[in-house]
Amino acid sequence: MISLKNLHKKFGKNHVLKGVDLEIERGGIFAILGPNGSGKTTLIKSILGMVIPNSGTIEIEGKKVKKDWKYRSKIDYLPQIANFPANLTVKELIRMIKDLRSNKSVDDERLIELFKLEPFLTKKLGNLSGGTKQKVNIVLAFMFDSPLIILDEPTSGLDPISLIRLKELITAEKEKGKTILITSHIMSFVEEVTNDIVFLLEGKIYFKGSILELKSKTGQPDFEHAIASILSNNYD
Amino acid sequence: MNFFRLHNISLIIFLLSSTVYSQVIEVCKSCDISTIKEGILQAEDHDTLLIKKGTYKEYNIDVNKPLTLLGEDFPVIDGELKGEIIKVTADNVTLDGLFIINVGTSYTEDYAAVRVIRSKNFLIQNLVLEKLFFGIYLEKSSDGRVYHNKIIGDAEEEYNSGNGIQLWYSQNIEVDKNIVTHVRDGIYLEFSNFCKITNNISSHNIRYGLHFMFSNDDLYERNTFQNNGAGVAVMFSKKIEMYHNIFKDNWGSASFGVLLKEINDSEIIGNIFESNTIGINIEGSNRINYKNNDFINNGWAIKSRGACYANHFINNNFMYNSFDLAYNSKLNDNKFESNYWSNYTGYDLDKDGVGDVPYRPVKLFSYVVNRTPEAIILLRSLFIDIIDFSEKVSPVFTPDNLLDAKPKMKMIAHD
Amino acid sequence: MIKILKYSCYDLLRSRWSYVYFAFYLLLGIVLLFLNNDLSKAVITLMNVIIILVPLIGTIFGVMYYYNSKEFTELLLAQPVKRSSIFLGQYLGVALSLSMSLIIGLGVPFIFYGIFRSSAIWDFSLLLITGTFLTLIFTALAFNIALYNENKIKGFGYAILLWLFMAVIYDGIFLMSLIAFEEYPLDTFSLVGTMVNPIDLSRVLILLKLDISALLGYTGALFQKFFGTNFGIVVSSVMLLLWVLVPTLLIKRKAGKKDF
Repeated sequence: MISLKNLHKKFGKNHVLKGVDLEIERGGIFAILGPNGSGKTTLIKSILGMVIPNSGTIEIEGKKVKKDWKYRSKIDYLPQIANFPANLTVKELIRMIKDLRSNKSVDDERLIELFKLEPFLTKKLGNLSGGTKQKVNIVLAFMFDSPLIILDEPTSGLDPISLIRLKELITAEKEKGKTILITSHIMSFVEEVTNDIVFLLEGKIYFKGSILELKSKTGQPDFEHAIASILSNNYD
Repeated sequence: MNFFRLHNISLIIFLLSSTVYSQVIEVCKSCDISTIKEGILQAEDHDTLLIKKGTYKEYNIDVNKPLTLLGEDFPVIDGELKGEIIKVTADNVTLDGLFIINVGTSYTEDYAAVRVIRSKNFLIQNLVLEKLFFGIYLEKSSDGRVYHNKIIGDAEEEYNSGNGIQLWYSQNIEVDKNIVTHVRDGIYLEFSNFCKITNNISSHNIRYGLHFMFSNDDLYERNTFQNNGAGVAVMFSKKIEMYHNIFKDNWGSASFGVLLKEINDSEIIGNIFESNTIGINIEGSNRINYKNNDFINNGWAIKSRGACYANHFINNNFMYNSFDLAYNSKLNDNKFESNYWSNYTGYDLDKDGVGDVPYRPVKLFSYVVNRTPEAIILLRSLFIDIIDFSEKVSPVFTPDNLLDAKPKMKMIAHD
Repeated sequence: MIKILKYSCYDLLRSRWSYVYFAFYLLLGIVLLFLNNDLSKAVITLMNVIIILVPLIGTIFGVMYYYNSKEFTELLLAQPVKRSSIFLGQYLGVALSLSMSLIIGLGVPFIFYGIFRSSAIWDFSLLLITGTFLTLIFTALAFNIALYNENKIKGFGYAILLWLFMAVIYDGIFLMSLIAFEEYPLDTFSLVGTMVNPIDLSRVLILLKLDISALLGYTGALFQKFFGTNFGIVVSSVMLLLWVLVPTLLIKRKAGKKDF
């Protein structure tokens, strides 16, 4: 599904990705983890074509993505910080995104209902609370039926009920055989939704495998401690 | 159209009045007298030669008796480029209704279609001149009238072309309602005093529409000078009256509506200067009154090149000129008063129609352009506006008293 | 791209700035005409305004729009839309809505005043055409500045500086160098100097209409050819087009390489 080879990215002097090689197979949920500044978002943005790598190749379903844009119709993306044009209403935004990704089966109404967004439809995005914005964000990410879904910190600002709904959504999409990439700081959330993790450290893949393997590798009884031990070893 | 109708009417009137006391001799190809020269030979004083329609290939026709040469339906006199065509050497001669073509060109002699030499009381009217060198040449003649002629040249270069109507040492001549185009100078006066140049249209001439040298006490009124090489040049003369003329579209690096050079004690009133590179170019001219003129859309409305004293500019409209005035002296003895300046930005708080702050017609930028002509390309740039403004606030280059203290707020309506 | 253009225009139509801009021109037109009551004079004043204000508004508005629509841009970048379409669409959206404000804002009062029955119609149309060109040029330059500068304050600073340079400082340096080298033949230099600055270029294009009689007062052969024939209009128009095309291509190029 996704194949990254020797990916490098520098922002000025800051060498963020230092040769990332990664293969992600079709189907399943993968969590991309790592400390702040380890390059998670850069990696995701590289896959989306928002960041252009200095070297290395990215292939999605066997095709190189460089200078291509049509492949993005196979990806649904939930950005980390939901920045929307402030003077559009929720309804207009949804209509616009639908318009831009025409010829797609759309599932917006069910999602709006699911997250109880009806009262906000005619409100301007600039006036919404962070949590509500995140819900809109989720609607936009899940309303299309794309084979690849990328979620960057999907849980931020969500209330418990919405969080449950989100988890259900993710599981449901997985059942359909989709590939889902998630980054998150909430380890319990990660543990709940997936078994496969990719751990990024200082711009490189430090670990790729299941949570069980990680636990045995670090010798820690639970997931959160396993992660913490990697980090503390590295802080030395 | 009008030209021909007028001619016919005058022809009839003339026939009615002149047949009473003098004889009419008919000239035509099939008549007893078939050439004009023969006709003149046969005629007695004060006879009329009625020249019928046809083409007469003659030149050097000497009208040496007081005769009237009257054309019927514009007979053509074709000089076949051999030299001068009609020469008038007697007083009281009238030429009327002739179509004269193909005057010879020479570098040594000024051949003319019609030349009047030392004669008085002549009338030259309703002639059409084409393919000419000089058109109507008045030489040391006086008390004559050149009326309603049409002179169409085909001049291309100054050195091998002649003037349309030339007055040389001639006094008291009236030049009225003529049309002169495509010659060197439309109308040229040299040493000719007390002449009236009125209602003429002089356009598309290579050099000047009207050229004036050493001629005093002349009047020119209601003429139109358009699209000439350099407009009108008035030089070395005094007591000239210029009323209600139109000077238009004289474009070019040395072009102007009027050039005044060494002109004193004259009046320039009610004229329109429109779209000329320079409206009036003044050099060494004193005591001239400029009143009620309109200067519209000129590059420079007035360019004063020094040694101009006691000139008065009153009640003129200066509208949309790139420069209202260029002045290259630190001294000013000329008076500007009660003009309307479209570039004026002052206010009129007491509502008396007169601006409360004076207008300074000279801009700093005009000095810059005078020094570095290429700088003209920066005309109307914000930077130029800024330096002009600073000069306006505290004049350094322009004479302090060069200003219109009573600028009008509204355009002045002239008759 | 058409879709992006549509949404940019739509977005701008809802921002009050385009109305402020529109109202400004409307008011300017009305004040110039009905207080002055002189069409020719109004056209001349208008020229000064267009030459100076249109570039200023184009730059400021362009930079402002770019920074303000960052979220919109990021949202679009993740969608299956071509990158250059996003930026060119936004650029055209701003430039066209500014041009429309200019044309309609000034056009309405002038039409009511009776421009169609006046001989000033060509001068006026020329003003609007150059105004549109200047909007296109300076909005494109502004987009370039914004694309190269993530920092808003810096971006605004450079934008103002660009305008100040093109509108005032450039001509100052130009004039100084003309005076400094006045012994040399300068007509080629002065024409080239004019072509290099879009504000000067538009100014000269308008001078060709308003001040042709003064321009023909200078004797240089090249000047005579440039101002005396259609040569000047053709060369200036081609240069103006280049001034639109080059910054637009730069937007496209930079947009293709930039990280978000």
